Amino acid sequence: MATVRIPPVLRSSTNGERELEAGGDSVGAVLRSVTEQHPATQSQLFGEGGDLNRYVNVYLNDEDVRVLDGLDTPVGENDVLVILPAMAGGA
Amino acid sequence: MPSGSEFIRQIKSQVREVDPAEVSELAHEGVAIIDVRETEELASGLLPGAKHVPRGFLESRIEGVVPDRSTPIVLYCASGTRSALAAHTLEELGYEDVRSMTGGITLWKDRGYKVEVPRTFTPEQRERYSRHFLLPEIGVEGQQKLLDAKVLLLGAGGLGAPTALYLAAAGVGTIGLVDDDVVDLSNLQRQVIHTTDRIGMPKVDSAEISMKELNPDVEVVKHHTRLDASNIMEIIQGYDVIVDGVDNFPTRYLLNDATVRLQIPVVSASILGFDGQLSVFAPYEGPCYRCLYPVPPPAELAPSCGANGVLGVLPGTMGMLQATEVIKLIVGTGEPLIGRLLLYEALGATFTELKVRRDPECPVCSRRPEDISDEEMGVFPDYEAFCAAAG
Repeated sequence: MATVRIPPVLRSSTNGERELEAGGDSVGAVLRSVTEQHPATQSQLFGEGGDLNRYVNVYLNDEDVRVLDGLDTPVGENDVLVILPAMAGGA
Repeated sequence: MPSGSEFIRQIKSQVREVDPAEVSELAHEGVAIIDVRETEELASGLLPGAKHVPRGFLESRIEGVVPDRSTPIVLYCASGTRSALAAHTLEELGYEDVRSMTGGITLWKDRGYKVEVPRTFTPEQRERYSRHFLLPEIGVEGQQKLLDAKVLLLGAGGLGAPTALYLAAAGVGTIGLVDDDVVDLSNLQRQVIHTTDRIGMPKVDSAEISMKELNPDVEVVKHHTRLDASNIMEIIQGYDVIVDGVDNFPTRYLLNDATVRLQIPVVSASILGFDGQLSVFAPYEGPCYRCLYPVPPPAELAPSCGANGVLGVLPGTMGMLQATEVIKLIVGTGEPLIGRLLLYEALGATFTELKVRRDPECPVCSRRPEDISDEEMGVFPDYEAFCAAAG
């Protein structure tokens, strides 16, 4: 099971969980496992065509999956996935 | 026992000495030139590029200034005596190539070679910045850079409050503030630069009072306005570093595009709840904000559009990390957070570092600055409408 870090804006869709364990051998499979556990995250992570939304960055450990193989990037047991939408709060 | 003058003669016969003419040529060849005089003697000038290590602190500070013992070193003082003694000391410390300049800076000047006259610090400034002077990474030179620096803070709110205080304390010579808001009671849970008796006062005025009370050296330039496409180029021009603590996406994209055009580095942070993000966007050296976030999230995932909770301490933590990055950029020390994004999650007390790559197809920083037009700056579809819809 990989560890998935949930950003503040998605926590209302994960019952406040900041971190989840999710199975799957690729980035796409792990994220689908997240959306199965918490269906409200589906539309926030994926567009209608099934692609990752452009405004959501996903990192496998410290690397952006866009520079790896995207949703096909292999994920190991002890890997950490960070889901990161932009934040703009400053005040 | 030898007399003092005999002892000096003996030492001088043991160390290698070098004539000013030769030093003037060595200066360009990777030689470390060290001035070992006392601080009070520096006002009339130093050799160009020389570092100051008073002889009394030689043993304790030389490694901070010249860490590699194989680096060639030329030492000088006023007349060549103290530098000879210092050269002897460095040889005993294992420095392999040490020479003392004959005749000291007096002969150097008599021969007509140039000196650099350092900024003179007042006794009050010496005391105020003494803990910076003691750090080899900052020292007198770094403090001069700070005093000569111009830093613009966007927002005198949560992130701007601690940043402004610490940069003022550090002696950043000119600090610009852009904020169109007034102090509100609900700000005071986190915006520690403001005070209860200044509720209703423009934040730029309130911040100026606190900064001046902390450090009268600092010149505060106030912009009591909101940054937009019509004024951004005029406001940000001439600053060395910009600190982004704004609370909305349109301004962040606008700022990115303008700073890429003007090639000004931005120390950027954002906060929400218990979470903070921090990065340094140095145009053309590393990625820009659009490389990291090519498009803003829709309104329901962008709670910055409306009011949201934030732990009062969090902007303090993130703002001080911003201030630290600003000082590193100005002084030119350490590894700035360029191409890296630091996430801080206060509830779990975790820091996570992520890599940020330059996007070869970035709509802004993949192009030359002169090719980015006024009309393109800050553009993305219908964001104001998104925010308005989110209330």
